[in-house]
Amino acid sequence: MILPRFRRLFALTTGGPNKFSFLAYFGMVFLALVAFVAIFAPWLAPYELTHMDVTRQLEGPSADHWLGTDENGADVLTLMIFGARVAGLVGISVVSICATVGIILGAVSGYFGGAIDEVLMRVTDILMAFPGILLAILIIFITQEPSLIAVIGALSVSGWAGYARLVRGQVLALREEAYVKAARALGLPTRKILFGHVVPNSLAPVIIQATFGVAGAILAEAALSFLGLGPQDMTSWGALLDQGASYFLLTAHLAIFPGLAIMFTVLSINFVGDGLRDVLDPHALTRS
Amino acid sequence: MSEPLLEIRGLKMHFPIYEGAFIRKEVNRVRAVDGLSFDILQGETLGLVGESGCGKSTTGRAIIQLYRPTEGEVRFDGTNLCDLSSKELHPLRRDLQMIFQDPYGSLNPRMTVGDIIAEPLKVHQLAEGKARQERVQELMEIVGLDPRFIRRYPHEFSGGQRQRIGIARALACKPRFIVCDEPISALDVSIQAQIMNLMEDLQNEFDLTYLFIAHDLSAVRHISDRIAVMYLGHLAELAEGAEIYENPLHPYTEALISAVPIPDPEVEKTRQRIVLEGDVPSPLDPPSGCVFHTRCPYAWDRCAKEVPAFQEAEPGHFVACHLVDEPERRGKAGAAEPVATKTPEVNGPTDEEPATEEPHVEKAADEEAADSEETSEEEVTS
Repeated sequence: MILPRFRRLFALTTGGPNKFSFLAYFGMVFLALVAFVAIFAPWLAPYELTHMDVTRQLEGPSADHWLGTDENGADVLTLMIFGARVAGLVGISVVSICATVGIILGAVSGYFGGAIDEVLMRVTDILMAFPGILLAILIIFITQEPSLIAVIGALSVSGWAGYARLVRGQVLALREEAYVKAARALGLPTRKILFGHVVPNSLAPVIIQATFGVAGAILAEAALSFLGLGPQDMTSWGALLDQGASYFLLTAHLAIFPGLAIMFTVLSINFVGDGLRDVLDPHALTRS
Repeated sequence: MSEPLLEIRGLKMHFPIYEGAFIRKEVNRVRAVDGLSFDILQGETLGLVGESGCGKSTTGRAIIQLYRPTEGEVRFDGTNLCDLSSKELHPLRRDLQMIFQDPYGSLNPRMTVGDIIAEPLKVHQLAEGKARQERVQELMEIVGLDPRFIRRYPHEFSGGQRQRIGIARALACKPRFIVCDEPISALDVSIQAQIMNLMEDLQNEFDLTYLFIAHDLSAVRHISDRIAVMYLGHLAELAEGAEIYENPLHPYTEALISAVPIPDPEVEKTRQRIVLEGDVPSPLDPPSGCVFHTRCPYAWDRCAKEVPAFQEAEPGHFVACHLVDEPERRGKAGAAEPVATKTPEVNGPTDEEPATEEPHVEKAADEEAADSEETSEEEVTS
């Protein structure tokens, strides 16, 4: 039911006068590359993830090791290819969880108002008063188990508030629309009015925020890993950056390459987000 | 024609205003509709007129239970709709439909025309699969839309076509009663007549009863069997269309009718306008007694103290005014009788009165001035 709506939305918007910019296409291509690398990591990586050659520690880029080796003599390119998986997993799952929770709570809050709204909005106030990363550090510290799940959970706990706020604002305006009243007059159950009429019309800004949210989550995961609170059993870009930072004066490549990977991924996502914002402009919909 | 389809008794719709974040206290209430009692007869078109903010749309919405009324009864076929839970109300919603004012806002921009018209069929499980598709196409034909447009989006249609989509949606579940909430106000004049004719045709074909809400007296006169005049949440007068034009009993109705321009320039020159004093009071703090007394040219002390009953002054002619008891007071303020003559078919200015210092009778200078909007009317009167 949702999928054809999106397809229609996409056809409607891309068929209109607004097209994606060059930068947005660049971003999409780069992200597709990252996704490809992450999915086919075991086949693409030049070495096994566990491969270590202690005789070749902290070497710079060479023919054997394109991006050099780390302090254990592991291949940096291999580590980074597997690190793309963590980045993708964290980015997508955090945003999916946050957006889903945020859309539902925001829609309910905005549509029903009253006490539910009051309570939910005060909760989001509290969550948004803390820097998200601080809250995530606190949560991981409390759980005492810096795994991938813990990182995703910690980032989701603080992340949904923004989506809820956004959707609530949209719903507040949309619930007064005549077509919502029309649906009520037809006798549609509230659930169907809310998720069939109100929410689909509030999604455009959410989609844009979600793309930026992926970038934010990747950065947050990198920051947590940098602080040693990332997933311990998996290699991530943030963890590599953290590692590289300790040897930065000795050999810079170990920090530079993961840093570049993070930078370009986040930049690409932002380009795509900007492009989506232009294309999903509500005025693009009403123009035929 | 004579049997009442809907009986409305003491209908009140108040909207509370709250203050405070956690402990919400009702500080005031907007008395949008404050005690209406009238019948809507089977097969008739009841026109409901009044200026902006007088509660006419709220009345329509409260009748079909889009808003649950604060007080009062809405009896449909003997069942009081206000007593029913939303679950019990659900099957009855089929019979009570609504056409909206804004043909741009009343259609979900993300749904195709087919989906929009099919929605009531889905909700009330009236048709499935192929039958549903056929019914949608049939409905599109009934309202004069090409069924080939079934997959198009609302933004691809003109205002008149969109209003036709709205009408098709309202007709989908074969209702008996339709609230038409200013269905033509947002349309071009040339399209207004088309939509009105369509609505009349549909009424004859499907035996519909309409509550036709409008602020345009000429349009209402054209389509209505009976006309109800509303002022600040109260009914001022209700009578047959011709009767209310030729023999208005309520001073407010008099003023409204005198504001309608006449298409014949010779007759128009002799038209005498009653211009009401002051602004419409706030429904937050309605005047005591008769709500109209602050602007009524005939008002005397009784009007400020006593609420006039909505009574049958002449057979079939209801009015809420103390003048009915004391007809000799009429004319004491010096206002002349308004001229009630033939009105134009479709269009006329809004019935809103400009605020002036004193009540006086205005001789409309020429047709152009009378036909134009409020601002130029003010220029003429001042």
